[in-house]
Amino acid sequence: MMLDKVKRGDLIKIVSIGEAGVRENALRMGIDEGSILVCAEVIPAGPIVLRKHRQEVAIGRSLMCNIAVELLARAGEARPACINLTGEMC
Amino acid sequence: MLNMINKIIKETGLGQKKIVLVGNPNVGKSVFFHQLTGQYVDVSNYPGTTIEFCCSKLGDAFLMDTPGVYGLSSNTPEESLVRDTVLTADIVINVVDAVHLDRDFFLTCQLADMGIPMIVVLNMVDELLARGLKLNLVELKQRLGVPVVPMVATKGKGIDLLKRRLHQARPGRVSDVVDGLLLNYPGLRRGDALLILEGDPEVAARCNLAPGGEKGIIFADRRRRANEIASAVLREKTADTAFATRLGHWLIRPITGIPALLLVLWLFYELVGVFFAQIVVGYTEGLMQGCYEPWVRSLFANVIDLQSLVGVMLTGQFGLLTMAITYVLGLLFPLVLGFYLVLAVLEDSGYMPRIAILMDRLMSFLGLNGQAVIPMVLGFGCVTMALITTRLLTTERERRIATLLLALAVPCSAQLAFVTAILGSLGLGYMLLYGLIIFSLMTGVGTVLNRFMTGGSVPLLLDLPPMRFPRLDNVLRKSWTRTFSFIKEAFPVFLGGAFLLSLLSITGLMNKIEQIMEPLTISWLYLPNETASAFIMGFIRRDFGTARIMGIPMDPLQTFVALVTLTMFVPCIASTMVIFKERGWREGTAIWLLISVLAFMGGGLLSRLLSFAYGLYPAITLPLTALIILAILFVIVTISRWRRTLG
Repeated sequence: MMLDKVKRGDLIKIVSIGEAGVRENALRMGIDEGSILVCAEVIPAGPIVLRKHRQEVAIGRSLMCNIAVELLARAGEARPACINLTGEMC
Repeated sequence: MLNMINKIIKETGLGQKKIVLVGNPNVGKSVFFHQLTGQYVDVSNYPGTTIEFCCSKLGDAFLMDTPGVYGLSSNTPEESLVRDTVLTADIVINVVDAVHLDRDFFLTCQLADMGIPMIVVLNMVDELLARGLKLNLVELKQRLGVPVVPMVATKGKGIDLLKRRLHQARPGRVSDVVDGLLLNYPGLRRGDALLILEGDPEVAARCNLAPGGEKGIIFADRRRRANEIASAVLREKTADTAFATRLGHWLIRPITGIPALLLVLWLFYELVGVFFAQIVVGYTEGLMQGCYEPWVRSLFANVIDLQSLVGVMLTGQFGLLTMAITYVLGLLFPLVLGFYLVLAVLEDSGYMPRIAILMDRLMSFLGLNGQAVIPMVLGFGCVTMALITTRLLTTERERRIATLLLALAVPCSAQLAFVTAILGSLGLGYMLLYGLIIFSLMTGVGTVLNRFMTGGSVPLLLDLPPMRFPRLDNVLRKSWTRTFSFIKEAFPVFLGGAFLLSLLSITGLMNKIEQIMEPLTISWLYLPNETASAFIMGFIRRDFGTARIMGIPMDPLQTFVALVTLTMFVPCIASTMVIFKERGWREGTAIWLLISVLAFMGGGLLSRLLSFAYGLYPAITLPLTALIILAILFVIVTISRWRRTLG
């Protein structure tokens, strides 16, 4: 699934970042393919804020369709329930 | 760029060591620089405050502060400069944020790979506890292979330890992957070779080599190492319970964030528009006009005839010692200080990037991303300063749009000072309409620019600084430094302007110019011909021109038209210089001419609109005008967006 389907509180893993420039910048800021992140906030029709440890990065709406993620756990769920949720399309 | 490096080499001399401060944005390099050298550098809690390089002596060595970067490549001109500064450094002090180690260690690992003697400063260690973290310093030193100094730069803790450890600086532990790849470039300096491997085209060209293609491998390996070191030395003890973290979330969540933003804007208005612009200025202006001016006049009356040429020049209507001094000290000084104080609090708290997130969607209509909110807000303080911060935008297209919007639609604090003073006496309705016009101008012009310039808005990718309580000493020092340099710059211009005005009015040239401009002022703008002098002064400083409006008797609608036209009019000389410097003379001239034309066109249209509305229903002239403006704005935005979706 793509990043724009993620909701606040979801635990996600980045699968791929589409654009090379963005991938490089995100990598330098600490987010790369394979990073496990929590969605800290979703601004309706606006950016998403992802948290890794104590750091927060805001990602604009137009980028979100270029970033594929794997959902590890929905908000509030105790255990990762990724098996039947992976592979959903954007 | 080469000039700068040559200059640095010249200044450092041959035997002198060059120490360079490097780190990610917003980790406290400049505070640290200030603590080390006693030299004050502009500091805020958002990335990109240090845009110029600052240099100072440290013992016999030479210390340089650099703008924050996430890595050394040539993605932006600033990054290239930082890279070249690091390549010529003898010692690198890498400042890292103790709470954000995994992010910061990417750069640390790159510096280690370059093989330059380095020392790591672990800043903001006092925040670890509140954020529920625990750090293993011994493990960190061992893994990095360089001295690590824990520090709380804002309190000066750790500075002495750093000075003692400085001579122990040494190259850090290198990645095996990089070591293997570097064998491809024997004979090159390690730093150069590494950057060529990473595909840096500028360094490769300097060494007459083709850029390498190993960036993907090296970067992935470096990110893995950075994560590994960070997770080995940092332990999460408890959840992040810091109040700042929760506050930060409330401020970006629309349901709480938008009311908070409105509240902040209202406080901003109460403090600057009411407290400073009316109460403080009322007092200082009264003091200047009631005590200072009569005193100067009586003093000079003993020496010279006040009606003589020199007497009029010094103490007359546009007197150098009366009008100029009163404007600068009685009006500008308290207002500009008020603006800078509020801006400093906004900047240091870390609220600005959160406004950027909230506004990202809206700004994309203007072809900008949320980050452009920062120069726009700063523009209401000083357009010149804001024009410089447009550099933190990533593309030429965004910088161009932001520059034009700043120059056209954003009045600076000095001009706003006079505008609030004048509109305050006209009534609330005029103030609201003025606000609406500024807003419509920004939206309208921005949307049209976005439509007609190739490319699209750059998506937001923003590292959020934590919310922090602004430090009073930094807020005061920053506002004072900025106000002082502002006044220092404005003072001679006001003196020169007053001199020019006196000269023009004594020689009768003013009447000539007013006559020549009559078609523009009287026939097109429906304004009295004296306003020509205000526009002439507006070329020098917009606030000076606006101040001139106060002295011309007009009816409220005319005053309003004159104010709006002057707001849109070309920015002050200082801003114009910055535009020319940043955008080049060709684009600068184009922007300048475009703005002059738009200003007079807009003013004339507004004048017609107001008299049309007045002709319909005199009682509701202002609401009617507002309605028509909104309707026009709606049409413009719809057409631009519609064509966009079709195209």
